[in-house]
Amino acid sequence: MTETMNAPTQASDGASSGVPILEVTDLKKHFPIMKGLVRRKVGDVRAVDGISFQIRKGETLGLVGESGCGKSTTGRVILQLDRATEGSVKYEGEELVGKSTSQMRGLRPNMQMVFQDPHASLNPRMTVASIIEEPLIEHRFGDRAERLAWIEELLGLVGLSPTHANRYPHEFSGGQRQRIGIARAIALNPDFVVCDEPIAALDVSIQAQVVNLLERLQDELNLTYLFISHDLSMVRHLADRVAVMYLGRMVELAPVDALYESPQHPYTQALHSAVPVPNPVVEFGRERIILKGDIPSPANPPSGCSFHTRCPIATAECAERVPEWRETNPGHWVACHLV
Amino acid sequence: MRGFWVNDALEESPLSADAVLDVSGLTTRFSTPDGVVHAVNDVSFELRAGEFLGVVGESGSGKSVTMMSLLKLIPMPPGHIDAGVADFGGDDLLSIDAAALRTIRGGQIGFIFQDPMTSLNPVLTVGKQLCEPVMLHTGADRKGAKARAIELLDLVGIPDAAQRFKNYPHELSGGMRQRVMIAMALACEPKVIIADEPTTALDVTIQAQIIDLVKDLREKLNTAVIWITHDLGVVAGLADRVIVMYGGRIVEQSPVAELYARPEHPYTQGLLNSVPRIDQKGGELTSIPGQPPSLLSEPTGCSFAPRCPYAFDRCLIETPRLAAVDAAGEHLSACFWDTAQGRERT
Repeated sequence: MTETMNAPTQASDGASSGVPILEVTDLKKHFPIMKGLVRRKVGDVRAVDGISFQIRKGETLGLVGESGCGKSTTGRVILQLDRATEGSVKYEGEELVGKSTSQMRGLRPNMQMVFQDPHASLNPRMTVASIIEEPLIEHRFGDRAERLAWIEELLGLVGLSPTHANRYPHEFSGGQRQRIGIARAIALNPDFVVCDEPIAALDVSIQAQVVNLLERLQDELNLTYLFISHDLSMVRHLADRVAVMYLGRMVELAPVDALYESPQHPYTQALHSAVPVPNPVVEFGRERIILKGDIPSPANPPSGCSFHTRCPIATAECAERVPEWRETNPGHWVACHLV
Repeated sequence: MRGFWVNDALEESPLSADAVLDVSGLTTRFSTPDGVVHAVNDVSFELRAGEFLGVVGESGSGKSVTMMSLLKLIPMPPGHIDAGVADFGGDDLLSIDAAALRTIRGGQIGFIFQDPMTSLNPVLTVGKQLCEPVMLHTGADRKGAKARAIELLDLVGIPDAAQRFKNYPHELSGGMRQRVMIAMALACEPKVIIADEPTTALDVTIQAQIIDLVKDLREKLNTAVIWITHDLGVVAGLADRVIVMYGGRIVEQSPVAELYARPEHPYTQGLLNSVPRIDQKGGELTSIPGQPPSLLSEPTGCSFAPRCPYAFDRCLIETPRLAAVDAAGEHLSACFWDTAQGRERT
């Protein structure tokens, strides 16, 4: 049934002004479940199960969903850090799926990643300068003096001081470490950056600092972001368009205002209403949609629409047929039988 | 100096008569190889009967250590409680002996932890773990405890409670485990429940379920709740009063509506301006510059001063105390600067 998830190329998407930098078509990533003495394959975890979308040059596409919905896997598969099971990822028209590691290496400077955990993603035995220099050496950027000058400039760009270059990651706070991770990601002048929950591990007062930095860098360096997050409020703040995932599939994709002001998919509506607002007047006054039950396992997803087990308006059809991924308004895509 | 300092205000306030927990001057430190961590510095507050008190702060603000200190749940050593009194129904929690404290812990004061996976015993069924406090604190026999446990599981919205009684924690989802934790905290009908970031590890739709449950239980049980969180949104819809902590101190304390409508302390203002809202279009986020304070040095002056846009010389030398900023004496702020008037407080 997944053929129905096959989206037509979304040329009519939105104002159709932006040129796509990335085109994802029917992308799947299944992880095998091995059991027993001979490690026989007994099933699949369908982490990403047929998603299609585009990212336009210079925009921020927010990708939201709860844990286990496949949003991080999507980011990793796009960058070929995990190999796709099926489907296509085209970067500026060039197919990435099936490329070898060495073929990918030539493209790596253009596409980079900022990781969630600034503690785990920086080598504790390397100085800040050598952490940022590593990709520069790998991609043969200038001589040592040029590299060090560029590192100093990068540190300035992300709001650190050049004197920080010879320190080790443990000497920095979480927010500063994330700045180092960002400096490394932009060191090779990429066009496209996948930000995988870059602020989830940071304190509230530091999150705004890092988000403002990412926004400033986007303007100055003309970056395109895929911003993966579970924080719907922050995504509303910085994204141009937003995609919502549930159990490996995309349920809704729309320009940011349309998605937050008139969400169409019942899951988006529930997700939206579950987020608390820091204002007691709003909080005490509003009616919440409370979803019943837990998120099903992606190893054994429900039949038909995978949301039907928790959906407040599901009908018999929802349990049988996978809803088609269709455009209900220009640029507004939804996968639901009842919209 | 004029103004109502908090301790004077407490003595005069008629509301303090029904305080179930009255903490004053609590100071907790940790001796570590790097030096002494000043985790909680001279913290005073009261919890009134049946009220829902939100405690907001970032990591290292001392919000968890404050509450854990009350029940001596901090590791000692390296932790030590250097000063303070915590009056709970006539007993000082900080000076009573271990046996007396044990009857209060889990009996009259229940605790809900952040991560239910690490706070439930993985090798015991949830039923067994629920029966334990019931038998210990109420003297019920095995049969009575089981009936009570199933009743509790039912109360916290676990479907098919009698079956779930036999399950091990790993067989339940995160949201269900947190429900079991809540059932355990409620087991002995406590006067006070302390919940330490109970929904932080949960997904947002599951968090909404738990918050819905807690609201429902509040109406049924009338237990006083202390809810520790870093999320200004969560307490906005739950709390009656909110305490804001920074650098091991209470910087602001207020009824919930007042706090969000008229935040007084520059830190609270900064925090509210730095979080985006799902119901509003994005503008520029105003971030708080700088880093949270290191707690390794003896705090002199206001710990927020290095990041504060209003700081002046006095803030660096003298520590501001909590003082009332409204006529009713309900809204307190620890700041020398009156941001509304744009002048120093007198």
